[in-house]
Amino acid sequence: MTDVLASAADWLGPDEWQAVALSLQVALVATLASLPLGLLTAYALARWRFPGHSVLNALVHLPLVLPPVVTGYLLLIGFGRQGPAGQFLQETFGLRLAFEWTGAALACAVMGFPLMVRAIRLAIEAVDEGLEEAAATLGASRVWVLLTITLPLAFSGIVAGTVLAFAKAMGEFGATITFVSNIPGRTQTIPSAIYAFLQVPSGEESAFRLIIVSIAVSVGAVLVAELLARRTAHSIRRGIGGHR
Amino acid sequence: MNIDVALRKQMSDFTLDIAFTAGEGVTALFGRSGAGKSTILKVIAGLVHPDAGRITLGDRVLFDHVSRVDVPVHKRSVGLVFQDARLFPHKSVLGNLCYGVRASGGEVTRADALSMAKLLGLEDRLKHRPAQLSGGEAQRVAIGRALLSKPQLLMLDEPLSGLDQARKADVLALLEKLRDAAGVPILYVSHQRDEVLRLARHAVVIADGKVIEQGPPAAVLGLSAQQGLARTLKARLIMKNSADGLSELSISGGKLIVPQVNAALGDTVEVEICARDVMLSLVPPDGLSALNTLACDITEVRPSTASSSSMDVHLACGTDTLVAQITKRSVGLMALEPGQPIYAVVKAVALADPSGALQPVDL
Repeated sequence: MTDVLASAADWLGPDEWQAVALSLQVALVATLASLPLGLLTAYALARWRFPGHSVLNALVHLPLVLPPVVTGYLLLIGFGRQGPAGQFLQETFGLRLAFEWTGAALACAVMGFPLMVRAIRLAIEAVDEGLEEAAATLGASRVWVLLTITLPLAFSGIVAGTVLAFAKAMGEFGATITFVSNIPGRTQTIPSAIYAFLQVPSGEESAFRLIIVSIAVSVGAVLVAELLARRTAHSIRRGIGGHR
Repeated sequence: MNIDVALRKQMSDFTLDIAFTAGEGVTALFGRSGAGKSTILKVIAGLVHPDAGRITLGDRVLFDHVSRVDVPVHKRSVGLVFQDARLFPHKSVLGNLCYGVRASGGEVTRADALSMAKLLGLEDRLKHRPAQLSGGEAQRVAIGRALLSKPQLLMLDEPLSGLDQARKADVLALLEKLRDAAGVPILYVSHQRDEVLRLARHAVVIADGKVIEQGPPAAVLGLSAQQGLARTLKARLIMKNSADGLSELSISGGKLIVPQVNAALGDTVEVEICARDVMLSLVPPDGLSALNTLACDITEVRPSTASSSSMDVHLACGTDTLVAQITKRSVGLMALEPGQPIYAVVKAVALADPSGALQPVDL
C-alpha cells in the first residue's frame, strides 16, 4: 500500500499533488458543510407547504442554470472583501473567503447544492408519509420521526446527493476561478490546474495526469455511492439474519 | 376511561358530522367503505384536523375547536393500527415492537417487547424484516407495537381486511384476548357484521358521515339493515356446488343462484341483498348476464335517503321484501308505481358474502 502511494507520489509532480490535495480538501469541506443545509432544504421542499415554496425551489436550482461565471461573480460581489457578507464574516469570525481555499469551497458548495438537494428531496418524497404518521401515533416527536424513519429510509438518496455534490465540487471550474482566481497552492484545484497546464506548451503531460486523477476520483465516488445505496436497499428488503 | 368524540369535517363529497361516546371494551364503528370511519380515527389520532368539534379522552382534552386545544399526535397517547400495518421496513420485528415511546416518557424495554412477541406468537420472527412477514404476522406486529406504547385508547382500522380466512380467525382470536386484557377503550372500524358482532360491546353505525344508530351490536346491526337499504333473506340450500361452483338457494319468492356456500344441503343461510345491486325490468329479462330474476310487486316508491338523484323502490317477493335503488330518471322512464308487477334482477356475484362463503345460521 505504501509502495503504491509512494509511486503515485512520484508519478505526480509537486504542483500536481498540491492541486489534487487542495481539490480533495475543498470538495470534502464543501460537501460536508453544505450537507446539513441541503438536508433541511430538501426536507422543507419535500414535506412543508409554505408561502415562498416555489421561490425557494427556484433559488436552489439557480446555480444549475446560471452561467457558472455569473455565480462566481455574484459570490465575489457578496462575499468578496468589499461585499457585505464578506465583510461580516471577516469581522465576526476572521474568515476570509475571496482568493482563499475557503472561497473555493463556498463556490463548490453553491454549485453542488442543487444536485444535492434534488437527489435528497426525491428520496424524502419517496418515503411513505404513512410510516411517519404511524411513528407519530407511537409517541415519536417530529424530530425523532425524522431521525429514525425519514432519514434512514431516504439514506440511499442522501448518499447519492452527497456524492453528486462531491463530484461536482471536484470538477467545479467557472465559479471557482471567477471568485477565488487560480493561485497555485492556495486556490488552484484540479480543474484550474489542468486549465493552467494547458496554457503552457510543456504542461500537457501534467494536465493529462490530473485528468486521469479526476476520472479515477469521480468513478470511485460513484462506485462507493452505488455500493452504499445497494447495501441499504438490500438490508431493507431481505433483513439481517433472515432466511426466507 | 371514556372517549368522547364530537367532530365536523367537510369531506370532498359529504360532511362528516359525528358524535359518540365509547367506554371500556370494544366499540365498533360500522358502516360501508367510504362512510368516513377511517377519517374519524385519524381525527382522534390528530392526523387529520376537523373543522370543528371537541374530543376528550378521560379527563384530557385532545382537541377543542372553541378553546383552541390541539394536542400534537405524539402526545395524545392514542394507538392506531392501520389497515395496511405500516411497519417500518428498515427495522426488524423487534425494532418495530420497541419503537413506541411511552406517554410516561420511558422507552419500550426489550423484556416487554419479548413478552408481547410471545403473546402474539412471533417469538421466532423477531429478527425478520417486515418484508419477510405474511399479512397476518405483519398485522399482529402492528397491534403489538401499538399496545407496547401503552396507549390510553387503542384504535384499529379494519385490521383484518387484507387477510385470508385462516389469518383472519388468527388475528380475531388475538383481538378477543387483548380486549379482555388491555383495559383501555378500543375503537374498532369495520364493515364486516360478523367481526363487529363477535368483538364489540357497543356499535356505532355510520352512513354518509352521520351516526345513524348506536347501541348493542346485535340490535343495532339488525336495525340498520331494516332501516337501511339492504335486506337479509332467509334461504334454504337446495343444490350445492354445481360443476361451475355455483349453488342454488330457495327463498319464499323463487330461487337464488349464489357463489360459495359453506353449508350442507337443506341448511338455512342468510343472504344479504343490497339495494344498489338490484335492477328492475318490466319484462322477464332476456340476453342478460345476471342469473337471478325474481318476480315481485312494487309496494312503495320513495326518494332515496342515500342520494338525491335516486329512488328506493320497495318490493314484495313472496313473503320477503327487497329494496331496489335506481335513478329518478329510470323511475320516470319506466313509470313505476306501487302495485305494479316487476322483475328484480340480481347478479349472482353480488350475493357473495364479503367475508367469504355464506355460513349456515341457527334458527
